[in-house]
Amino acid sequence: MSDALLGAPATTPTQSYAGASPWALARRRLVRNKVAMAMVVVLAVIVVLCLAAPFYAEHIAHTDPFSSNLDGTTVVNGETVPVMQPEEEGLGLGVTPIGPTWDPAHYFLGADNQGRDVAARLLYGGRNSLLIGVSAALLTCLFGTLIGLAAGFFGGAVDAVLSRLLDVDWAFPVYLFAICLSTVLLTNSLKIGPYTLEAGSLVLPIVIIGIVYIPYVGRSVRGEVLSLRQREFMEAAVGLGASSWRLLWSELLPNVLTTVIVLLPLMVALAMLTEAALSFLSIGVQPPDASWGTIILDGQGLLYTRPAVALAPGIAIAVTVLALNVLGDGVRDALDPRAKHRTGG
Amino acid sequence: MLRFVAKRMVSMVLVMFAISVLVFLIFFATPGVDPAARIAGRNADQQTLRAVRHDFGLDQPIPVQYALLMKKLFITRDLTSYVNRGAKVVPQVEEAAPVTLSLVLGAALIWVATSIVMGVLAAVFRGTYIDVLLIVVGLIGISMPVFWLGEVVNLLSQSRMHDTFLFSWVPPLGYTPLTESPFGWFKSLLLPWLTLAVLYAGIYARILRSSMIDAQEQDYVRTAYAKGLTERRVLVRHTLRTSLIAYFSLFGLDFGALVGGAALLTEVVFGLHGIGKLTYDSLQNFDLPVIMACVLYAAFFVVVANALVDLLYAWLDPRVRIG
Repeated sequence: MSDALLGAPATTPTQSYAGASPWALARRRLVRNKVAMAMVVVLAVIVVLCLAAPFYAEHIAHTDPFSSNLDGTTVVNGETVPVMQPEEEGLGLGVTPIGPTWDPAHYFLGADNQGRDVAARLLYGGRNSLLIGVSAALLTCLFGTLIGLAAGFFGGAVDAVLSRLLDVDWAFPVYLFAICLSTVLLTNSLKIGPYTLEAGSLVLPIVIIGIVYIPYVGRSVRGEVLSLRQREFMEAAVGLGASSWRLLWSELLPNVLTTVIVLLPLMVALAMLTEAALSFLSIGVQPPDASWGTIILDGQGLLYTRPAVALAPGIAIAVTVLALNVLGDGVRDALDPRAKHRTGG
Repeated sequence: MLRFVAKRMVSMVLVMFAISVLVFLIFFATPGVDPAARIAGRNADQQTLRAVRHDFGLDQPIPVQYALLMKKLFITRDLTSYVNRGAKVVPQVEEAAPVTLSLVLGAALIWVATSIVMGVLAAVFRGTYIDVLLIVVGLIGISMPVFWLGEVVNLLSQSRMHDTFLFSWVPPLGYTPLTESPFGWFKSLLLPWLTLAVLYAGIYARILRSSMIDAQEQDYVRTAYAKGLTERRVLVRHTLRTSLIAYFSLFGLDFGALVGGAALLTEVVFGLHGIGKLTYDSLQNFDLPVIMACVLYAAFFVVVANALVDLLYAWLDPRVRIG
C-alpha cells in the first residue's frame, strides 16, 4: 500500500521500453499503480450500478422512483406495512417514511418524504451526477485548453483580452456565479437563435459548472504554453517554416495535453462536488429528476428521523470523488514521473 | 514596486467594472426574460410591475439602467426589495457581514494551524506511514461535500449524541453575536468552524507538503546544511519559510472567496445568518435585488483580496514585480 501510494521508483529496467511512445509508457506506469487501478475498479462499479438503475427499479424494487407514493404499501418481514408510517411520538398526526429495510426488493434504504424508494433514486441520481460531472469537466477542459493555447501562443492583445476574461471568471465566486445564472435561466426556457433550451434541462447545470472552472485549466495551459514557446523544438519548427496552425496543433497541443489530462479527473471531482452543492441549493438538477445533491436536499427535512436518506448520497459522492482524486494523483505520476520523485505523492 | 502597485490597481478596477457589468447583464439583459417580472417577485400585480419599471429605469437605454443600479447600490444605498416590501437591501448585507467574517476567520485559523502541522509532518516523514496516513486523511477531507459533512455533524451533535458528554454543550443551531456573549459566540461557531476547516486543512496540507519537498532540493537549503545549521533550523528558517509564500498567496484567494460567498453552504446548514444565508434565502423567494447586492459585494471582496495577495506576493518575492 505505501509503495503504491508513495510511488516507489520503478524497478523494471527502462531499456525494455525502447521504442514505446511516451503515452504507452505512461499507460504502463498507470496500470502498474495498484492503488490507482483499485480506484478505476471502484469507479467502474459505481458507473455500472448507476447504469443499471432502470433495471433495479423495474425488476428488483418494482417502484417508480419519480412519482410520489404516499398511499403505497410494502412488505417487511412478510408483513404488509404502509410506506408512510404514522408517527409514534408527539400527537401521532404526522407520518414518517419507512426507514431502511436492507431488503433490496422492498425499500432497501427506506423512502423519502414522498414515499419514493431512496435506493432507486440514488442509482438514478448517480446517473445525473456522473453525467453532469463528466460533461462539465470535458467542457471546462476543452474551452480551457483552447483559451489557454490562444492566449499563450498569440500573446499581445489576444492574451490581454482572454486573460482579463479569465480574471473576471476567476474572481467571481463559483456558487454566486452559478446562483446568478440559474436564478435567471432555470425557471425560464432560454431561446438562443433557433434553439430553445428547456427550463430544468440538465444542459444548464453542465454549462454553468463548465464555465466557472475554465480559469483553472486555462491559466495552467497558458503558463505551460508560455514556457514551451521558449524551447528549442519550437524554434526548430519556426525555422522550418511551420505555419501558426501547425505550431499550435502539432507542436504545442500534444505538449499541453498531459497537463489537461492530469487535470481532468480532478475537474470531474470538482464538478461533481459543485453539482451536489448547486442541487442542494435547489438550483442544479430540478425535481422530479434526481441527483445525489437533490437527494441530500430531500433528506435534510428527515435528517433526525430518517438519516439514511441524506447519508447515502453523501457517502456515494465522497467515495466517487475520493476515487477520482486518487486516480488523478496516479495519472499525474504516470504522465510525469519526475513529479512523483519530487512530491512523492 | 510603485509601478507594479499602480498596474495592479488599474487591473483591479477593470475587473470590478467587468464583473458589475456581467452581473447587470445577467439580470437585466438575458434574452427572453423580463427583468421587471423577476424583480417584482412571483405573481406580482401590474401596479408593482410598473413601479419596478420606473424604479429601475427599465424603459431607458441599457447603460442608463446600469448606472442607475450602481447608484442605488453604492451612492444612495437605497436599493429596496419588492418581495419583502420596502426592506432596504444594503443594511441587510451590512448586518450579515460580521457573521460570515466570524465564521471564516475562525475556520481559517483552525485550518492554517492544522495544515501547517500536517504538511510539515508529512514532509519531514516523507515516505513513511505517517506520510501516507496524512495524505489519506487530507484526501478524505477534500472529497466530502461540505454541506453533507455539516449535516452529519448536526445529526450527531443535535440529535443522536446530543445527550452524551461529547455534545451536550452544543447550543441549538444559529448565531450568537460576539458582543452579546463571547462564550456563546464561541460555542455556536465551534462546530461550523471545524466543519469548514476540514476541507481546507486537507488541501493546504497537500500543497505545503509538496512545496516543502520542492524547497528541500533547492541550492540554498543545501548551502544551509553545508553551513552546519541544525536540521530544525534549516526546516523552520529556510524550507518552511519560503514554502509559506506560495501557501499564503493561495490562502488569500480562498479567504476572499469564502467571505465572498463560498461559505454559503456551511452557513445554510448551520443556520448562520451571514451573507451566504442571505443570498440563499433571497434565492428561495426570488428576491433579486438582494441577490444582486450580495453577489456584487462578494465579487468585489474577492477582487480586492486577490489584489492584496498579489501585492503582498510581489513585496515578499521581488521576482514577480518584473514579470
